[in-house]
Amino acid sequence: MAVLLEAPARNAGTGAISLRGVRKVYDSSAGAVEAIADWTLEIAPGEFLAVVGPSGCGKTTLLNAIAGFDPVTAGEIALDGTTIACAGYLAPPGADRVVVFQNGALFPWKSVVDNIAYGPIVQRRMSREQALRAAHALLERVGLADVARAFPLKLSSGVQRRVEMLRALINDPKALLLDEPFRALDAISKSAMHEELLRLYESTKKTIFFITHDLDEAILLADRVVVSATRPARVKRVLHIDLPRPRSPLMTASREFLDLRAQLTGVVHEEAEKALRRGERELA
Amino acid sequence: MRLEGVLTAVRVSAARGTGLRTKRVGSVRVLRGVAGIVGFLGLWELGVLAHVPILAQIPAPLEVARAQWQLLHQARYYVDWLVSLERVSAGFLIAAVVGVPLGLLMGWRAKFRYLTFPVFEILRPIPPLAWVPLSIVFWPTTESSIVFVIVLGAFFTVVLNTLAGVRAIDQRYIRAAISLGATPPTVFRRIILPGALPSIFTGLTVGMGITWSVLIAAEIIAGKSGLGYMTWEAYVAGAFPIIVAGMFSIGVAGYASSAVVRLVARYAMPWTKPF
Repeated sequence: MAVLLEAPARNAGTGAISLRGVRKVYDSSAGAVEAIADWTLEIAPGEFLAVVGPSGCGKTTLLNAIAGFDPVTAGEIALDGTTIACAGYLAPPGADRVVVFQNGALFPWKSVVDNIAYGPIVQRRMSREQALRAAHALLERVGLADVARAFPLKLSSGVQRRVEMLRALINDPKALLLDEPFRALDAISKSAMHEELLRLYESTKKTIFFITHDLDEAILLADRVVVSATRPARVKRVLHIDLPRPRSPLMTASREFLDLRAQLTGVVHEEAEKALRRGERELA
Repeated sequence: MRLEGVLTAVRVSAARGTGLRTKRVGSVRVLRGVAGIVGFLGLWELGVLAHVPILAQIPAPLEVARAQWQLLHQARYYVDWLVSLERVSAGFLIAAVVGVPLGLLMGWRAKFRYLTFPVFEILRPIPPLAWVPLSIVFWPTTESSIVFVIVLGAFFTVVLNTLAGVRAIDQRYIRAAISLGATPPTVFRRIILPGALPSIFTGLTVGMGITWSVLIAAEIIAGKSGLGYMTWEAYVAGAFPIIVAGMFSIGVAGYASSAVVRLVARYAMPWTKPF
């Protein structure tokens, strides 16, 4: 597992996610609310896909369906050809598609190294000793060996988020589901996190499903950016980001980047206005 | 390399600095506590000497100290301590051993909660001491009825705090654990239990306090020994300084047992700030 960040891992070349006509309707006392309408998209193995859209537009609902937390009303979600969600069926959540949450979900009662070792231990994939050794090795690789024994809440949110990504990666998942993971970070830590995520992605080539409302972040990180229409969520526009890899935060000043940014802003702006007119929260 | 050395040195000295500061702050805190106690006793002594109404009827601290000194030379006093400690420990442990799992289960399983909560809420407002007559009737020995009343004193607080602790666990932790491949029993043991622990210990600390107040009352009503009984006996005999010495002993015992709970909490939850 120590080689995770340098050599192709066990699940290399896997992690195709198919979303076919996914629909989600919530029944509430005020009547049915359609959160997702007919979402169709193929995500290639090892692709970095970013989804942008106004807050409350249904992005997280979609992620929860892929993760196995929330059933869909219609349509189908498949991971490497195996159906994981359709009407009346929801595969239980698992370490093949690990979620990194919006506000961070490191267990406060476990040290950093115990947090990272948690997955392999509860899956009984490694013995406790093996898992701890792998976790230590991983921390060493990214220069976080110093904080191995610290409790998460004593660390900065940037470091917490890095640890959380390691906790996901140690499981060698097919896909990583990231729900606005850098939302609470300041601009400077965010830029460092982008660099780190790019490094982790470019060395592991995991499929990444990344939700954000930060357009720069989406362009800088992703292979494709999907603009989601606001409630009900649906694919409004798909933008191919052909910036070369490896990427660096410095690219945000390049000509191509700014062009992409202008295009994306135009599309997103329409949705933001629509959301605003409907009295929903703005593009927060 | 050199930079790294410098950084380490800075870090070490920073750590030392904070260590020193905490130590100094700690000793000042202890001094303040001692000053508070001395001031309290001083005011009391002065109040008695100056014949302040009501206060003048109370034995002065020095008199109490003399009574306490006398007590320290009687074997009976230690037996009373031991008996009370035994009763409290037994009652508290039973309340914890039954109450914590019950609270966890009520918090974790909604159906179980719906089933048990109404019964629980009807029994809870009944003061533990209201159980004394009934418990004397249905428990075979006085001793067991006293322990039973103590159990009741701590039980409801422990259950309620445990339940609240489980309910307050952020859904994210549970989802994160499942997402990392944990099975429900693992989630219970590794997420629900540690997640509820701060609240459980709050319940245990408060419960420990209630335990002492219930014990004393129970001993006065039904006991033949113990610190509460000793205090009552002194009242019947008109030995006023001994009453206050008995009260003081109870205060010390309560403080010490709460301190033990806090100490255990600190070891059980190294990730939280000690309270």
